[in-house]
Amino acid sequence: MDPLVADDEQEIRRLRWQCRRGMLELDHLLDRFLDLGYADLTTAERIGFVALLGEQDQRLSDWFMARAEPPDPGMRALVARILEVVRERPRGA
Amino acid sequence: MSLPTRHFDALIIGAGGAGLNAALQLASAELRVAVVSKVFPTRSHTVAAQGGVNAALANMMPDSWHWHMFDTVKGSDYLGDQDAIEFMCREAIPTVYELEHAGVPFSRLDNGKIYQRPFGGQSQNFGGDQAARTCAAADRTGHAILHTLYQQNIRARTHFFDEFFAIDLVRDAEGVICGALVLEIETGEPLLIESKATLLATGGCGQVFRTTSNAHINTGDGTAMALRAGIPLMDMEFFQFHPTGIAGKGMLITEGTRGEGGYLINKDGERFMERYAPRAKDLASRDVVSRAIVTEVKEGRGCGEHGDYVMLKLDHLGEAVISKRLPGIRESSKIFAGCDPVIEPIPVFPTAHYAMGGIPTDRFGRVAMPAGHGSEEVVAGLYAAGECACASVHGANRLGGNSLLDILVFGRLAGKDIIDFVRENPYQRTADSASLDWAMARLSRWDQKGQGIPVQELRAEFRKCMEDHAGVFRTEAIMSEGVEKLREIRARLPEARLTDHSKVFNTARIEALELENMVDVGFSIAVSALHRQESRGAHSRPDHPERDDQSWLKHSLYYQDGDRMDYKPVRTKPLTVESFPPKERVY
Ligand SMILES: Cc1cc2nc3c(=O)[nH]c(=O)nc-3n(C[C@H](O)[C@H](O)[C@H](O)COP(=O)(O)OP(=O)(O)OC[C@H]3O[C@@H](n4cnc5c(N)ncnc54)[C@H](O)[C@@H]3O)c2cc1C
Repeated sequence: MDPLVADDEQEIRRLRWQCRRGMLELDHLLDRFLDLGYADLTTAERIGFVALLGEQDQRLSDWFMARAEPPDPGMRALVARILEVVRERPRGA
Repeated sequence: MSLPTRHFDALIIGAGGAGLNAALQLASAELRVAVVSKVFPTRSHTVAAQGGVNAALANMMPDSWHWHMFDTVKGSDYLGDQDAIEFMCREAIPTVYELEHAGVPFSRLDNGKIYQRPFGGQSQNFGGDQAARTCAAADRTGHAILHTLYQQNIRARTHFFDEFFAIDLVRDAEGVICGALVLEIETGEPLLIESKATLLATGGCGQVFRTTSNAHINTGDGTAMALRAGIPLMDMEFFQFHPTGIAGKGMLITEGTRGEGGYLINKDGERFMERYAPRAKDLASRDVVSRAIVTEVKEGRGCGEHGDYVMLKLDHLGEAVISKRLPGIRESSKIFAGCDPVIEPIPVFPTAHYAMGGIPTDRFGRVAMPAGHGSEEVVAGLYAAGECACASVHGANRLGGNSLLDILVFGRLAGKDIIDFVRENPYQRTADSASLDWAMARLSRWDQKGQGIPVQELRAEFRKCMEDHAGVFRTEAIMSEGVEKLREIRARLPEARLTDHSKVFNTARIEALELENMVDVGFSIAVSALHRQESRGAHSRPDHPERDDQSWLKHSLYYQDGDRMDYKPVRTKPLTVESFPPKERVY
């Protein structure tokens, strides 16, 4: 069964709209993570994800593009996790 | 029909730089102003503009608005209206200072003046040495402008409707536009906003192409709303493509990579730009490089399983150069292309970047359309500004840094003109029930249940069709086939169905409404491009390789009714200076 079905679909739809951002890079990372990684997050991590979506686009872009690090360790871990889940795999790998 | 209704002096649809700058003028003049945005305002696409905004401040070297004007006219391949361009280049200077005073943290020189960087297409002395005209707030100019304007609007008490989706304009019984029907995304409930004046500031439409640098929100909603209101779209065939977007994804890989010595290769490892531009090679202009890439792919020399991209090679530059001079590129390639450019080349393909055309306006942001007998008439109470509009300052090609300028200057001007308009037209008009029913039908149509074509499937087909048939490679045969395919897609659209009919945050429904908008806008691009039988600026046709001023120094106007084309003259007379007559454009 689709792991998302068990979840609150309304909440996912709400988050889906929060993943719509002003930069294509962020759209891609956040929207894909919602599909591929959100279901595996613990309740605490989900709260972290909602907090992440509340951040400004420029800030998120700095974090994802490694120009800056989130000050909070939990946020740092979440950014790393999103990148790990969404990152394109090297071709041939 | 009884709908919840709100009344304002002015309704602004869109909270990017254009919408917010207009709103600020209005709210500061104590008008009641509503700003509707489908996403939280500071998530508007303006936030992505990193390069900066042009103004001839002459902080680095001599400069003048007149030189800026020359560059813009030339850049437009002489299709820009010279009165509007003169106006914009003059206004650029006070506009940047106004932003500075509002709190935008521009990068500075040691002497405290605003730092300015050189950008392609900028010259001193009417085509002489390189100028430095772009003002930037580090690499986050768009972010800084958007946040500053947003804060100022909050202070001025602009009323924001965040996460409300505008569906269509509405008219009163006399046919005058008097607001819009909008949808609250959270609840799925419609709301009527009646206003004395309405400004469309909904931004670009890059999402109509499969590969684009534009965020997902850029679906041309306001542009399509204008079309459906019977307003023609101007110069829609002119779409700027950036040659190197990450293949299949669209994120920009800056020109700087090729400036640093990177080059393009095909599947045989050949440096193919040597064949297309023996001198400039990989540094040839954007349209030349874009067309070369598509030609390689079409002729079977593309890379990858489907042969549908080429490669940008940087590894020979060495890790030090790449990490130091092109840091963002390395991260971006790793994340979105799965490759480290230090070791292997990046898969790239031209990416749709900027719409030069849009809703035709005069230089006060008033929507203007032909009224017969060659004259023009403004559409009472309707305004447009920003990337969705065409005041015609970019003509056939936009210069870097001129778009932020456009949105700020014309956003502000529209705001000022609305103030006068509302003073002269102080009465609130009431939406006519037929007009409202029509707008509501667009919404309720998606409540239909049953088997149908999935929206996502049609969307993918449509965007691929646009890329293949109205992208960078435009011949009569390719484009005619494209228009036919689009007709077929448009005919199937009424059979599309949603599976999710819930109300709260039904994003599938929003995406369906966006698809309808994209198809409407896509048509305007494809049909306008098919008709223009010349190459000018971003519109290049291998079957009509020359610019033809005799027949085509004119603006295109696409009407949705019957997919009809009309044309109007370019305004070659500036406000106070001599015209710049068309010349061959060499850089
Ligand atoms: C990657 C990138 C980099 C760029 N860099 C530069 C640069 O350095 N310099 C430069 O001059 N230009 C640059 N540009 C171009 C420039 O950023 C845009 O042209 C400009 O920001 C558009 O501003 P706008 O106010 O017209 O629209 P946007 O900022 O796109 O805002 C549109 C608004 O309309 C709202 N909206 C849309 N549809 C609806 C609807 N149906 N209902 C309700 N609200 C709606 C959105 O929510 C949003 O608030 C760049 C573009 C890209 C893609």
